[in-house]
Amino acid sequence: MNTWTTDPTTTTATALPSPPSRGRPPGALRLGLSQGWVEIRTFSREWEGVLFTFALPAVILTLFATVMGGMFDMGMPAVDYFLPGLMAMGLMSVSFQTLGVSIATERDYGMLRRLRGTPMPASAYFVGKTILVLFLALGQVVLLLGVARLFFDATLPTTVGAWATMAWVFVLGTVACSLLGIAVSSMARTPQAASAVVTFPFLILQFVSGIFVPVMALPEWLLNLASLFPLLWMAQGMRAAFFPEAMAALEPSGAWDLPMVALALGIWCVVGLAVTLTTFRWKTRKDG
Amino acid sequence: MRDTVIEVTDLRKRYGATDAVAGIDLDIERGEIFALLGPNGAGKSTTVEILEGFRGRDGGEVRVLGEDPGRAGRAWRARVGVVWQKETLVPKLPVRDVVRHFAGYYPLADDPDEVIERVGLTHKSKELAESLSGGQLRRLDVALGIVGRPELLFLDEPTTGFDPKARREFWELIRSLAAGGTTIVLTTHYLEEAEALADRVCVIAHGRIRAIDTPAALDGRASRQATVSWREEGERREVRTDEPTRAVAEMAGRFVGEIPELSVHRPTLEEVYLGMINDDHVAEEAPV
Repeated sequence: MNTWTTDPTTTTATALPSPPSRGRPPGALRLGLSQGWVEIRTFSREWEGVLFTFALPAVILTLFATVMGGMFDMGMPAVDYFLPGLMAMGLMSVSFQTLGVSIATERDYGMLRRLRGTPMPASAYFVGKTILVLFLALGQVVLLLGVARLFFDATLPTTVGAWATMAWVFVLGTVACSLLGIAVSSMARTPQAASAVVTFPFLILQFVSGIFVPVMALPEWLLNLASLFPLLWMAQGMRAAFFPEAMAALEPSGAWDLPMVALALGIWCVVGLAVTLTTFRWKTRKDG
Repeated sequence: MRDTVIEVTDLRKRYGATDAVAGIDLDIERGEIFALLGPNGAGKSTTVEILEGFRGRDGGEVRVLGEDPGRAGRAWRARVGVVWQKETLVPKLPVRDVVRHFAGYYPLADDPDEVIERVGLTHKSKELAESLSGGQLRRLDVALGIVGRPELLFLDEPTTGFDPKARREFWELIRSLAAGGTTIVLTTHYLEEAEALADRVCVIAHGRIRAIDTPAALDGRASRQATVSWREEGERREVRTDEPTRAVAEMAGRFVGEIPELSVHRPTLEEVYLGMINDDHVAEEAPV
């Protein structure tokens, strides 16, 4: 009310307080950690995401182990047979699907633009996403192994070598799928489209990458096509870690081919990084 | 000593064959509230986005807080606050946590609770940001724009969706920020808002500055003829005059008591503004 009646010339004549002196902006790592914490809290508040990207593989494992328990004919219990593939699927889900949809949404609703309007360094945003995916991926492994072991008495790897295989497939596969998810988020024009652009290929890949159907059942052209994508290699790497040696005979080449798994996932990491770096946008197309 | 916060010389921006900004010059002083007015598509948003560092330019010199916004880094970002035109997505967290998180991006932030108090959201502080109404979300946008204690604050149509009381409270907030030395650049469609707040208004049309002055003096408004109108012998009469006081005094002698339905009217900011915009239309549509 007082400011209303103040003559503007007197306000400009009186000395304004001098601008505050500022220290250095907070470090990228600290901001990234705080960003990661916000990401995790935000994710856990969205039950759709929790259900579809986090809990689904465990639900499917439970269903398969229960429904197919008595009539399964692959020389091992159903839970053991499906566990490695569903681990691969779960990891792709929490990385590729989570990032693809969430980044497209954040871009379209202007959250990324808003962040660019703050002094937050771009790296902090990606550190935050990395923390989210790491948290979800580890949670996914714990959930699946826990459900398999506690409820269905699944056979888990016993050798250090097998756990080591699982660890590097976990790292390479999750990194490759995360980068792919970030790249795909830029392809969607709307958040609704993002959900389709991400979920549709992911669903197809699940059926052609040996998650539900053995790869040897696929026609050769389809197998070759599926081999272009990381999920097939992640599943194969996980099977190598979990399955007895004799099961390698059911792989397309009759062996686990771990160097090939590492190479394929490694290539996807490089390709994914290159695509992400060249296509990532903070603004939508219409923002110019 | 002049303390210029924004200096723009011959700013130009083209979209395809259209000149969105066709040569704009501006000087905005520290502590000033500067309003940009203009019809949609006139180039004001483009101008503001260039000043904010969100859009490149095709020509001209721009200095904002002594730096080129197109190249400025994090330290510069920390001194600039932006409130976007549309409300944008915020993390799905309680209001207080969102403001605290954004405060963490800045080297010198205000106390989050105090900022929430200033925008009038204290009673919503513990509620989820997504549960807020449109006007409340807008207040949250403002809170996120000012929490880093900016020296320069851009407000793009900040009070859209506010009720009259909220708008007036918001004006008080802006005045107190300006009195504290914050420079405010405001775009608005509410002429009343520009008149109440701005030290100077700038009308942009067709990518050019049409007029720039104090709200009271815009386009010779202060010295324009006043219209004196009244009712006499059953009909409405009016005269346009440079001396309304004399006109009224003369009439007072002719009437016994009150002059029926007397009014003295000078053009409002809105009338002046609409006059300018319409002039442009006429000029454009006139045959060459």
